[in-house]
Amino acid sequence: MSAAVPQGRRPRHLTIGRIGVYAFLVTAALFFMLPLWIMVVTSLKPMEEIRLGNILALPAAMTFEAWTKAWSSACTGLECNGISVGFWNSVRILIPSVILSIIAGAINGYALSFWRVKGANVMFGVLLLGAFIPYQVFLYPLVRIFSLTGIYNSLTCIVLVHVIFGLPTMTLLFRNYYAGLPIELFKAARIDGGGFWSIFFRVILPMSTPILVVATILQVTGIWNDFIFGLTFAGRENLPMTVQLNNIVNSTQGERAYNVDMAATMLAALVPLVVYFVSGRWFVRGIAAGAVKG
Amino acid sequence: MDTISIRAPSMPSGGTKTQRRVKTRLPAAVALLPTALIVLVVYIGCMLWTVRLSFTSSTLLPKLDWVGLAQYSRLFANDRFLTSASNIVIFGALFISGCLVIGFLLAVFIDQNIRGEGLFRTVFLYPYSMSFVVTGVAWQWFLNPGLGLQKLVRDMGFESFTFDWLVNQRMAIYTIVVAGLWHGAGLTMAILLAGLRGVDKDLWKAAKVDGIPTWRVYTSVVLPLLRPMVVTAVVLLTTGVVKLYDLVVAMTLGGPGIATEVPAKFVMDHLFERNNIGLGTAAATIMLITVVSILAPWVYIRYVRPQGRHA
Repeated sequence: MSAAVPQGRRPRHLTIGRIGVYAFLVTAALFFMLPLWIMVVTSLKPMEEIRLGNILALPAAMTFEAWTKAWSSACTGLECNGISVGFWNSVRILIPSVILSIIAGAINGYALSFWRVKGANVMFGVLLLGAFIPYQVFLYPLVRIFSLTGIYNSLTCIVLVHVIFGLPTMTLLFRNYYAGLPIELFKAARIDGGGFWSIFFRVILPMSTPILVVATILQVTGIWNDFIFGLTFAGRENLPMTVQLNNIVNSTQGERAYNVDMAATMLAALVPLVVYFVSGRWFVRGIAAGAVKG
Repeated sequence: MDTISIRAPSMPSGGTKTQRRVKTRLPAAVALLPTALIVLVVYIGCMLWTVRLSFTSSTLLPKLDWVGLAQYSRLFANDRFLTSASNIVIFGALFISGCLVIGFLLAVFIDQNIRGEGLFRTVFLYPYSMSFVVTGVAWQWFLNPGLGLQKLVRDMGFESFTFDWLVNQRMAIYTIVVAGLWHGAGLTMAILLAGLRGVDKDLWKAAKVDGIPTWRVYTSVVLPLLRPMVVTAVVLLTTGVVKLYDLVVAMTLGGPGIATEVPAKFVMDHLFERNNIGLGTAAATIMLITVVSILAPWVYIRYVRPQGRHA
């Protein structure tokens, strides 16, 4: 993403072709904005207005009632404490998972690109292949292992799972970044008598800011948006926001409160959207760099 | 990694050269140990365990008997699994080709020196930051025939307009494709746009001098140059296809009937709800075999063959 200079044809003044280009882009943009627009306007309407149809219209009597309800009193199955429970669960899962998986990735990447350890490349190869293998292949035995060790359905369990399945992307990310650093730097530090950890903390880590930012963006959005691990490993007490949202929307008895559903959806989308808008181009850089995983 | 030799001049001069080397590398080996353990236990161990379980008659609890390929023959006679398999093929083909076509078009149009480029890029990519659950729930609401798109068009005066794909057995899978395209097309655009920006400026000048129409340059010259980006995008999209689960759960829960079942959901349901571990692990093994046979050649070429450092 470094060369950001447009290189297509030079712009000419408004011709039929230019109008066509803009028409296409604006139409596409409208299509992409449509669901977000619908979510927002629906969440701000009272139910009487929603029942009339006209899904695109702005609310006539705008109200934030649905948002309050979604946050604090919507029912996720039998309990009715809103999606705020899921929000805080997600926060409690997110923070240790992001920190631990990044630490693991940085150390692995450093050890892999500067130190020749026997068998390390084979290990890395298997890890990368593991990134492509559907999670369903690992889940059942993992559940058994965690049950046997007694940590199944706990915060520790879900954090551990995020760290384990974050390993391929994180290791690849840091390994590739460190492989791009000049090797002379490392050699000089070795000659000065630096050991494994002192070189890591004094030389390598201070140079890692860009990749740390990329890794954080990737992990925050990835872990926040996770559904399958939260569902399988977190346990009833720690269900993340995505699972709670699905419960609110898809297990309602009686008439569905679409405005509450959409408010809950917006709340669940908020964190990654903020990360996306704040991080801008770094976001793309992250995906491209970690392109081994979807 | 194969070019670094560790001389360790500051080490005390005791022991042979090899011993010294082993000693300096010890902390690195120790640092890699937890990951090595995880690779062994989780990535290899759990995988083999799943494959082994697929040859047993396990139902609620795992058994270690041997029933040969019995679970597999049951699997391929199972309507739900066959529907899942054909659905993932339909979804995969339409989703990947759709993302590539839409992504390429968006990238090319954005590359025409337009105003508000940043805005357009942001709009096309933001869906990718959101979860599949959010995506599924949003599209489920928009496409529901009662109050969504169908009602909207009918109220505009087209009384007989029908758009009931979401609840139509034959068409429901295509609504999942639409939601998937909305989620993933922007990513493809971002990857291809990065590639377009890397195309040599002189190429455009040369094409202009030769009087070649722009669209010809894009299809015959630029597209082949973008091959590495296309491959990256396809790999990313393919892993997304294989993992397709949350979107279906949030949008249709596999319905109506079993119309939108997918393999990942088949496995999850049989392992954790239907208490049929043998059948579930057999389906997981089929997923594994499919993915490995598709992706192994690519991983080999991209990562294993060019071993070592390359800046």
